[in-house]
Amino acid sequence: MAPADAADFLDALTRRLGPDRVLTGAAPMAAYESDALTAFRARPRAVVLVDSAEEVVDVVRLCAAAEVPFLARGSGTSLSGGSLPVHDGVVIAMNRLNRILEVDPVRRTAVVEPGVVNLTVSEAAEPYGLYYSPDPSSQSVCTIGGNLAFNSGGAHCLKYGMTSNHVLGLEVVLPDGEVIEIGGDSLEGVGPDLVGLFVGSEGLFGIATKITLRLLPKPETFFTLLAAYDSLAAAGEAVAAVVASGLLPGAMEIMDNLAIEAAEAAVGAGYPLDAEGLLIVELEGEEQQVAAESELLLEVVRQSKPYLEHVASDPDDRMRIWKGRKSAFSAVGRLSPDYIVQDGVVPRSRLGEALTEIQRLGERHGIRVANVFHAGDGNLHPLILFDGRVEGELERAEELAGEILRLCIDLGGSITGEHGVGMEKRQYLGEMFDEADLDAMRRIRLAIDPGELANRGKMFPDAEAPALLSHGPHPLEVAGVISRE
Amino acid sequence: MTGAPSRPGSAAVVAEAVRGAELVLPRGGGTKPALWSVEGAYVLDLSALSGITEYLPSEYTVTALAGTPLAEVEARLAAEGQYLPFDPLLVAAGSTVGGAVAAGANGPGRLRYGGLRDFLLAVTFVDGRGEIVRGGAKVVKNAAGFDLPKLMVGSLGRLGVLTECTFKVFPHPESCATLRVAGMALDEAIEAAGRVGAGAVEIECLDLAHGLAGWDLEIRIGGRSFALDARLKRAADLLDTDVTTLSGDADAAHWRTRREFGWASPDASVLKLPLTPATAGALEQVLADLDASQVARVYSAGIQQAFVAWPAERVADLPALDGALTETRLTALALRAPVEAANKPILGHRTGGELLRRVEQALDPAGRFGRL
Ligand SMILES: Cc1cc2nc3c(=O)[nH]c(=O)nc-3n(C[C@H](O)[C@H](O)[C@H](O)COP(=O)(O)OP(=O)(O)OC[C@H]3O[C@@H](n4cnc5c(N)ncnc54)[C@H](O)[C@@H]3O)c2cc1C
Ligand SMILES: Cc1cc2nc3c(=O)[nH]c(=O)nc-3n(C[C@H](O)[C@H](O)[C@H](O)COP(=O)(O)OP(=O)(O)OC[C@H]3O[C@@H](n4cnc5c(N)ncnc54)[C@H](O)[C@@H]3O)c2cc1C
Repeated sequence: MAPADAADFLDALTRRLGPDRVLTGAAPMAAYESDALTAFRARPRAVVLVDSAEEVVDVVRLCAAAEVPFLARGSGTSLSGGSLPVHDGVVIAMNRLNRILEVDPVRRTAVVEPGVVNLTVSEAAEPYGLYYSPDPSSQSVCTIGGNLAFNSGGAHCLKYGMTSNHVLGLEVVLPDGEVIEIGGDSLEGVGPDLVGLFVGSEGLFGIATKITLRLLPKPETFFTLLAAYDSLAAAGEAVAAVVASGLLPGAMEIMDNLAIEAAEAAVGAGYPLDAEGLLIVELEGEEQQVAAESELLLEVVRQSKPYLEHVASDPDDRMRIWKGRKSAFSAVGRLSPDYIVQDGVVPRSRLGEALTEIQRLGERHGIRVANVFHAGDGNLHPLILFDGRVEGELERAEELAGEILRLCIDLGGSITGEHGVGMEKRQYLGEMFDEADLDAMRRIRLAIDPGELANRGKMFPDAEAPALLSHGPHPLEVAGVISRE
Repeated sequence: MTGAPSRPGSAAVVAEAVRGAELVLPRGGGTKPALWSVEGAYVLDLSALSGITEYLPSEYTVTALAGTPLAEVEARLAAEGQYLPFDPLLVAAGSTVGGAVAAGANGPGRLRYGGLRDFLLAVTFVDGRGEIVRGGAKVVKNAAGFDLPKLMVGSLGRLGVLTECTFKVFPHPESCATLRVAGMALDEAIEAAGRVGAGAVEIECLDLAHGLAGWDLEIRIGGRSFALDARLKRAADLLDTDVTTLSGDADAAHWRTRREFGWASPDASVLKLPLTPATAGALEQVLADLDASQVARVYSAGIQQAFVAWPAERVADLPALDGALTETRLTALALRAPVEAANKPILGHRTGGELLRRVEQALDPAGRFGRL
């Protein structure tokens, strides 16, 4: 864009939003230059703070007219670089669009703006005995808009599913500024499931401005069991046994010794420090049913011979157990100056094999890996610990991260269960899918957004760009577009 | 290319057939003729593309070719104590895996854990350019790439010909029983449904069936046998009126009849309408205005959908129904309808047209599958 046009574009944004809500220049924009994948930074042209859906529409239309790329940003907690700014593009900060417009206890729905923080939906539903089910560990900060873009999950997604299973209707600003409504307020629909297509599209199909969520009745009771094992494999076998028993727990999580150590140091959850594998299984639901199921669960778990078992004695005890698990990501920060949170999926029955191989790969690279995972659905979160100040460690850590993703593909799984492809995993998408599959996705993207303005450069492997991992800097780094710190 | 339907036995042959056709529509079991009998369309009969390709009970996943009868899938799962929680329709009638996904319709049991959209993990399909495309992954959790499986749910054969689908499955409740309150007024039944729904008891199915003496409220509860009686009592206490209980075979037969549409006259058109408890009244008004208050109908899955059996002798009034639904912002899918209605399987209010148009352009630029 010629400098004169660039100035006109900024003028137009400023006329629409006022000077206070159009940020330019290094200092005001610094906080927006990266997300939770901090290895990458990029400088946008401007950050705009929108207050209403109408403003989102107008900003998108201005961007479309000037062919300036843009992306929505929630709380910037993406772990895959999904909310990394597009160089010279516009960041549309959605945090002020944070009203809960309606909670309807009869329909059991909430209509919210996208900047609403995940946990506040459950807080608003609480007086009606309802809650919003998907519970990412980041739920006290991340937004519904961000959750939607990545189809985010959490520990309690085994029974009732991820974000996508809880989004009923959307108002969307398409990348050319056209506004559409899809879905509605019923659990049922007619015609192709366009809401299902939009959820998980990582911001590439435009910006959601109004979201109808499904609420569930709060479970009457919980039965939370902690079981400690001498080996990670034994904990994994216990999960298989629970599945085979016909029980359907609300959550089944495993942590390894390093993760236990980190969580204990951070929040003192009362985990046994000597355990090689710690299993958390939680039943949820109505009292009589949970009582009947808990007997079976105890029987099944005892057969797997844990050396220690503990049933949460009251709601506080339960909260403590979960606090340890949910703080695990940030807690490993105590063990290591830097770490990469990896996210991949393997078939549940191959968890043991996957963990052994991850261990072996880590040893080969001389890098420690802590493991926390949603065992019930085979979703691994290896935490790769490294020291970025040591020459070559970042590269080795990224190489290891890549090998873990290939392992997931080889075992018949997926390169991401919930954190999305974003910036980080673009070239692995091409390893998981064939060219024809990617081509179909690309054609859908181009039909919806011919100019590739919405979150440009994310998700699709860039044909001319060499691998993102390892061997020297990323091509965008070479071009001076992004940098690592 | 017109004439007799072809019966491909592999995705590659489907792809070839699609490339050679001007207008083509897949047919599964052929149980929803209104959805595939489009005039001039070359019918691809998928019944030869049949069989379960992978079933891993410990993974909660099953993969089958698109022409596989759902009855075969259900029988395999039942042998391992598992089931398809979206509760597919017309299984005994011959519904296939691909037909069920393309129609996107669910039975009463979808109330408990979700609909077909929530249980479809991966698909392979042939798009309108004759390319074989895979989407999703055969594991219970995946967020890589666009969610093409969900896009295919409800696509009515207009975005691609499905050749293989992977579903998530769940353990079947150990036993089930149903409470029934007969002859209620509709608002009374909706209120009672809300009361039980808001209680702690977890419900498999909650339907309101229109009968001669008013509305029957039916609540199905399932789980560990040991706890079932106590839970039934708890739900019955909330109803606070005379209830009868169906259990064992009677319970199973009742819900089978419901999802096989055994309660609808064989020549009636069967419509499915998404609803909420708050919009059921609007549909009642539409029916009353069309002098159709006596048609057989069920408000199903916690009043999230209606099934309406529109009588054969009133077929000429389907356009009037279409208009009235549009005005009240209600939508209907004709699961079964006279062939002359086939070019318009969706009646009433539509949303997302602009997004759908762009997706159709991407997957079927030449319009080989026709447009929805
Ligand atoms: C400590 C920690 C723990 C975490 N735990 C989990 C976990 O348990 N499970 C999990 O799934 N994730 C987890 N995450 C990842 C992250 O929190 C989620 O991906 C979250 O959904 C991102 O929300 P956000 O508001 O921060 O979105 P951002 O990072 O701001 O944006 C993410 C993406 O969403 C897009 N987007 C934002 N708003 C909209 C909108 N309105 N319309 C369209 N697109 C939009 C952005 O363009 C971007 O592509 C964790 C992250 C951290 C840092
Ligand atoms: C009340 C009622 C009673 C019925 N009674 C009987 C009966 O007694 N006997 C009987 O035989 N049938 C009966 N039917 C028909 C029954 O509807 C179907 O057999 C079945 O439910 C539909 O699934 P299907 O596989 O047959 O899909 P189809 O009816 O073949 O197709 C449904 C839709 O899916 C699409 N489709 C199908 N396969 C694919 C694919 N692989 N990829 C993409 N799109 C696809 C079609 O184009 C169409 O749009 C009845 C139907 C109703 C509504």
